Amino acid sequence: MTVDASRGAEAPPELVQLLTPEGERVEHPAYDIDLSPEEIRALYRDLVLVRRVDMEAVALQRQGELGIWASLLGQEAAQIGSGRALTDADMAFPTYREHGVAWCRGVDPVNLLGLFRGVNHGGWDPADHNFHLYTIVIGSQTLHAVGYAMGIQRDGADAASIVYFGDGATSQGDVNEAFIWASVFNAPVVFFCQNNQWAISEPLEKQSKIPLYRRASGFGFPGVRVDGNDVFACLAVTRQALKNAREGQGPTLIEAFTYRMGAHTTSDDPTRYRVATELEAWKLKDPIERVKAYMFKSQIGDQDFFDAVDAEAADLGRDVRKRCLEMPDPAPLEIFEHVYVEPNAMLAEERDQYAAYLATFEGGE
Amino acid sequence: MSTLTLAKALNDGLRAAMEDDPKVLIMGEDVGKLGGVFRVTDGLYKDFGDSRVIDTPLAESGIIGTAIGLALRGYRPVCEIQFDGFVFPAADQIITQLAKMPLRSLGKLRLPVVVRIPCGGGIGAVEHHSESPEAYFTHTAGLRVVACSNPADAYHMIQQAIRCEDPVIFFEPKRRYWDKAVVDKAAEALPMHRGVVARPGTDVTVLAYGPMVKTCLEAATAAAEEGRSLEVVDLRSLSPLDTDLIFESVRKTGRCVVAHEAPVNSGLGAEIAARVTEACFYNLEAPVLRAGGFSTPYPPSRLEDDYLPDLDRVLDAVDRTFAF
Ligand SMILES: Cc1ncc(C[n+]2csc(CCOP(=O)(O)OP(=O)(O)O)c2C)c(N)n1
Ligand SMILES: [Mg+2]
Repeated sequence: MTVDASRGAEAPPELVQLLTPEGERVEHPAYDIDLSPEEIRALYRDLVLVRRVDMEAVALQRQGELGIWASLLGQEAAQIGSGRALTDADMAFPTYREHGVAWCRGVDPVNLLGLFRGVNHGGWDPADHNFHLYTIVIGSQTLHAVGYAMGIQRDGADAASIVYFGDGATSQGDVNEAFIWASVFNAPVVFFCQNNQWAISEPLEKQSKIPLYRRASGFGFPGVRVDGNDVFACLAVTRQALKNAREGQGPTLIEAFTYRMGAHTTSDDPTRYRVATELEAWKLKDPIERVKAYMFKSQIGDQDFFDAVDAEAADLGRDVRKRCLEMPDPAPLEIFEHVYVEPNAMLAEERDQYAAYLATFEGGE
Repeated sequence: MSTLTLAKALNDGLRAAMEDDPKVLIMGEDVGKLGGVFRVTDGLYKDFGDSRVIDTPLAESGIIGTAIGLALRGYRPVCEIQFDGFVFPAADQIITQLAKMPLRSLGKLRLPVVVRIPCGGGIGAVEHHSESPEAYFTHTAGLRVVACSNPADAYHMIQQAIRCEDPVIFFEPKRRYWDKAVVDKAAEALPMHRGVVARPGTDVTVLAYGPMVKTCLEAATAAAEEGRSLEVVDLRSLSPLDTDLIFESVRKTGRCVVAHEAPVNSGLGAEIAARVTEACFYNLEAPVLRAGGFSTPYPPSRLEDDYLPDLDRVLDAVDRTFAF
């Protein structure tokens, strides 16, 4: 057996970073960003508010108000940075964890809860926000995003699509097919992979022997790894990739290197498969703390500002909770709605039979 | 004799199979350190190591496709599909390859692959986590399809499935994973493709499998209080069907209801109804009726109690067989 000399001899992965974990602004030769104090304050507010929504959802699940919840804790910067890079005309395709992107797209947070509460399969109209429904089947949405981008291309529109997926998802056939399609058709799509290091209990090594962003070159388009806990870098890199896509330069794979600080979902118990020290190490790279430190240092935000954001977050949490509890259960006969554009006779008969059956219980039993 | 949950019984069955035969491998997503999201493979990774309990990349087509390759090389892979709704990315490998390869080789190739699928609803899950996809597989010749309903069957049937030389799709009733029962591990197991009369009765035959067996047994208890005697048959094997047992029961009772969670439209109940009608036409007092899911996608979980046929819906079907 011959040894492949090139293996392991590749350059170490490069990480685009504009803000260090300590809150220092750093330069990057290829990516820079000029943000006004106002914009920085807005990003900070986004980060804090989505973390608060997430926290409230976890609490609601613990109290039995949601069946399950997939927390975005630790991934706020990747989602806000990329989400704020989108124009209104761009279209986003999420997994089930993109609560921060949803926020950027103007989806009312309480509408995210319906699916997890079990009252609907997705509580918003994708067209209202250019934000597609959550996709639970791993990887499926990557192909949809590419097809959508092909449509944008045909229409000659000034837009791009972006698709979110995880490190685990990169193993799926659909995702690899999406890479091929995007490349062959030069589709205006950005592949935004949040490498949060885990696919439930499986660490990245179970999915890939090379850094994920390097996969792109084999498919014929650029790949870049960005510090996923750096909201400035995520914004800069995504903005550039979207611009390239809109200008006809085809797809980009962005690997946002981040960490799932919570459990996979509220049903998961990470103590079974990962050590606590890993989380401690990542806490030092917290996506919110570094922005706060930078803002303090550069006097973009003072204590009054931070207090005001915290107060707004507390209000938002209360409001989300209140409206979650008010969400009505769907009526039984809604089961039969929207299966087809118009109900067919067989389905209508089933519905009528079930309505009649339900009526037999009324007032009795 | 030991009292086990259904999940633990499967776990013990897998362990016994792995101890019996070093060629048995466990493959799937999160089956290793985590022990599977339902803990069915709990502890196996620790005791057999990562060469026998394999956390695979996240790709169902890959899991089944490589299991086929391993089987061609003499291994006996037991693949876990994490949830029913995620078997579909593997449908191509299962239907076009796993089911047909033995026949194409004129029987020279054997594919002793087991595909374990937690199935059915009732656990308050989000979409794709409560499906009953059995009819897709019973419709596919070349696959053997079974469903356990209780811990004892789980323990014995999983081992039979692993010993089987054909591919077996093995359905596990996820809302019954935590149900406990006494398991006699030393008892002689019924052959895998035989059904069983779970509760004898005289007035109407109720056919069920997997998660619905318990529901139908409860329905039988309720019916007995009103003086009606239900014979509940646990099919256990969905392909092939134990038609001898089914026909024998229906000839005795003259009435038949099939219950499953899957939509009745083109479901397994339709096949059973057709066969019962052909074989028992002159014994039937009423048409074979079905209690099952609606012809809609599985609803959001707050509506699943409406969607899933419960005790009342089973009894309603029973009542209707007496109305003819
Ligand atoms: C096709 C498919 N297979 C399995 C699952 C079960 N599942 C849900 S999330 C998940 C892990 C996903 O990991 P990753 O892609 O890294 O995303 P993350 O959850 O970490 O954001 C798995 C296996 C699924 N939803 N879809
Ligand atoms: Mg992940």
